[in-house]
Amino acid sequence: MSAPSEETVRAEVRAWLEANWDPSLSLVEWRGILADSGWGVPHWPEDWYGRGLPQALVPAVEEEFQRIDAVGVAKVGIRMLAAATLLEHGSDMHKEKFLRRILTGEDTWCQLFSEPGSGSDLAGAATRADLKDDKWIINGQKVWTTSAHHAQYGLLLARTDWDAVKHQGLSYFVLDIEQPGVEVHPLRQMNGHASFNQVFFTDAVIEPEFQVGELGEGWKIATTTLMHERRGADALRSWAQVSQAEGRCYEDARAEVVTVMEPYKWYPQRAGRVDLVLERARESGAIDDAVTRDEIAKLMIMAKSAEWTARRARAAQLQGRPQGPEGSLGKLASSHVARAAARVHTSLSGADAMLTGSDGERDGVIAEILVSAPATSIAGGTDEIQRNIISERVLRLPKEPRTDTDRPFRDVPRNTVS
Amino acid sequence: MSRFAFSDEQDAFREVLRRFLEEVSPPSEVRRLMEEEAGYDPAVWRRMAEELGLTSVHIPEEYGGQGFSLGELAVVLEEMGRALLCSPFFATAALATTAILNAGTEQEKRELLPGIATGETIATLAFTEENGRWDAAGVETVARQDGNVWRLEGTKSFVLDGGIADLLVVLARLEGTDGENGLGFFTVAGEAEGVARTGLQAMDPTRKLARIAFAGAEAQPLGEVGQAAAAFARTLRQAAALLANEMVGGAEKLRESAVDYANLRVQFGRQIGSFQSMKHRLADMLLEVELAKSAAYYAAAAAAEDDAALPAVAALAKASASEAYLQTAITTIQIHGGIGFTWDNDTHLWFKRAKSSEVFLGDGAHHREAMMANWHLMEAGDET
Repeated sequence: MSAPSEETVRAEVRAWLEANWDPSLSLVEWRGILADSGWGVPHWPEDWYGRGLPQALVPAVEEEFQRIDAVGVAKVGIRMLAAATLLEHGSDMHKEKFLRRILTGEDTWCQLFSEPGSGSDLAGAATRADLKDDKWIINGQKVWTTSAHHAQYGLLLARTDWDAVKHQGLSYFVLDIEQPGVEVHPLRQMNGHASFNQVFFTDAVIEPEFQVGELGEGWKIATTTLMHERRGADALRSWAQVSQAEGRCYEDARAEVVTVMEPYKWYPQRAGRVDLVLERARESGAIDDAVTRDEIAKLMIMAKSAEWTARRARAAQLQGRPQGPEGSLGKLASSHVARAAARVHTSLSGADAMLTGSDGERDGVIAEILVSAPATSIAGGTDEIQRNIISERVLRLPKEPRTDTDRPFRDVPRNTVS
Repeated sequence: MSRFAFSDEQDAFREVLRRFLEEVSPPSEVRRLMEEEAGYDPAVWRRMAEELGLTSVHIPEEYGGQGFSLGELAVVLEEMGRALLCSPFFATAALATTAILNAGTEQEKRELLPGIATGETIATLAFTEENGRWDAAGVETVARQDGNVWRLEGTKSFVLDGGIADLLVVLARLEGTDGENGLGFFTVAGEAEGVARTGLQAMDPTRKLARIAFAGAEAQPLGEVGQAAAAFARTLRQAAALLANEMVGGAEKLRESAVDYANLRVQFGRQIGSFQSMKHRLADMLLEVELAKSAAYYAAAAAAEDDAALPAVAALAKASASEAYLQTAITTIQIHGGIGFTWDNDTHLWFKRAKSSEVFLGDGAHHREAMMANWHLMEAGDET
């Protein structure tokens, strides 16, 4: 079966929206209708809230929504990673129970992968899942969990076999967060925000049917989740725009954005706010200082060429060409940009760089850049891990000899978790 | 070509070029030619002109060329930079031809360009002098009218392939003028009377430099005498964008050689490429080269489209390439260790080209300043 043309798809979605879009519905009601129609996630399979369209046609559908300011399905956060993972590895029961409520936004999800003892080395997870009386009993601790404080479910990576080698001893579960054995505490960051949580498990319970995939397949399935995370990283930021128009659906959607985007509000500062540099330099006259000017020039060159490199990667993707090295460099480039931008903002501030909050420049925004930039080279894979990935997968350099994959996991040296 | 992707035709063209250059410019040939005074192989030059039409790539069809854009010329130069081709090509195509296209009258273009297109004429642009400045203000050579004849007095230096060029495009000024005023382009035959050419000892022997003294040499005006400033500035920008492309070609070749060596060399019982200290350097090199490539490609497309922001974009690309090429060369030597510092290892050939290209047409700091002075054009421009 060949894919329908873009014109056909546009005409269909337009007609459907004309007949169904109603801003006076509640957000959940509308999204329910949308999910059942298949137009909310047209690239999903027809059996599960989609229309089986190729990914390449999705932007056309989205444009039709934007054209009339129709609200789409819930997309932000871990929910889409959960959905993608369940579509690929989940049972029919999982899909039945979770997918629709993911799309309507009724359920929020979180990802329970990182641990205090395993950050870069995710497969070193030591949270345990033990089968007792036909139930999985979970003990351990996760960290860096976005949205755990208001999530209903978590994607959990836990160790089910300590005698297997590292990557083979992990299994993948859906965990009900709202139960007595799960405690969520905010994790305060050096910039004062608390966008993440620590999650503690003390004999938390998972019914056996909420295991995803086979026993011991946890790492493979987690890789699916992580792959979607890397792919979707750009989509997140472009989403938070809801029309200011009147109507119940819009009001609900605006309220949702406020809640959902709360953890991300310092992210622009984390990236260095290159957009403020020239404006500030011109205002203060620092643009005419030879040293500052040269530093600014270096930053602008880096930022522009990083932007153009990302555009090259996207263009190659659109042309259907194999991904070149330019596709793997964005994360590393953004770390350089953020660091250089923080340095320039410091010199533009002078003594004021010592102040924060309302005493700081631009009502504290500049201070927030300075104390947020260090996160850029850590979150989502440290620069060091990025360099390993680039050198091994793109440059095909040999892997470093390992001492953690040739023996049962219980014999591998690891951090003592307090 | 968009600013972010090459067309299938450009990719196919690149492939033909790469095969050709691998055949005619292996390191053994580079080493042979760099020891010679002329510094190029006339037989290869003929093939470049006749088989591949390289000398006529961006010359419009009405002047005997193929009518492609500066975008295609940039692809040619990137591949030549990769192969470290010893050839008066940059001088002829990127400098002299663009100057003639920018400055010449219709009739002058009809007279001068067909000979370049066929490969018969090797040309260069003589604009720098012993003061080493890259801008119009550095021009001290004077043009005087002597009856119906123009004559040049003064000394040009750092002239690329100036020792062998058949045709010299010379930037001079009217007496008593300074800065951007009173500039004029002239053409002089390389062998003309009153022209004394001396080869300079270039640190990069793959790129020949000459000092040219003009003692009343007879010269033909190219364009309107006294009004050359705009055409000269445009030529410099186009040349900077083109040089950036040549440079990223060389940088990529070096980067690949560093990866190859890290895979090959064994120390402490392991390939050195398995050590994170090596991997991380190589990953950083990849990043630096890819960023410089993005800037060079963007600038080439901007030059091809005659984008109003070219003064900023070309400077950005040249500044980026200047840092990236040299840094890549330094790191490649470092990764090779002791062998990388020997004459027998090929790395120093590219290192020297990186060094000469870093400086030629202005170094990183020079172009960063040019970029900042023109940044408003970037802000005004609509990027597509």
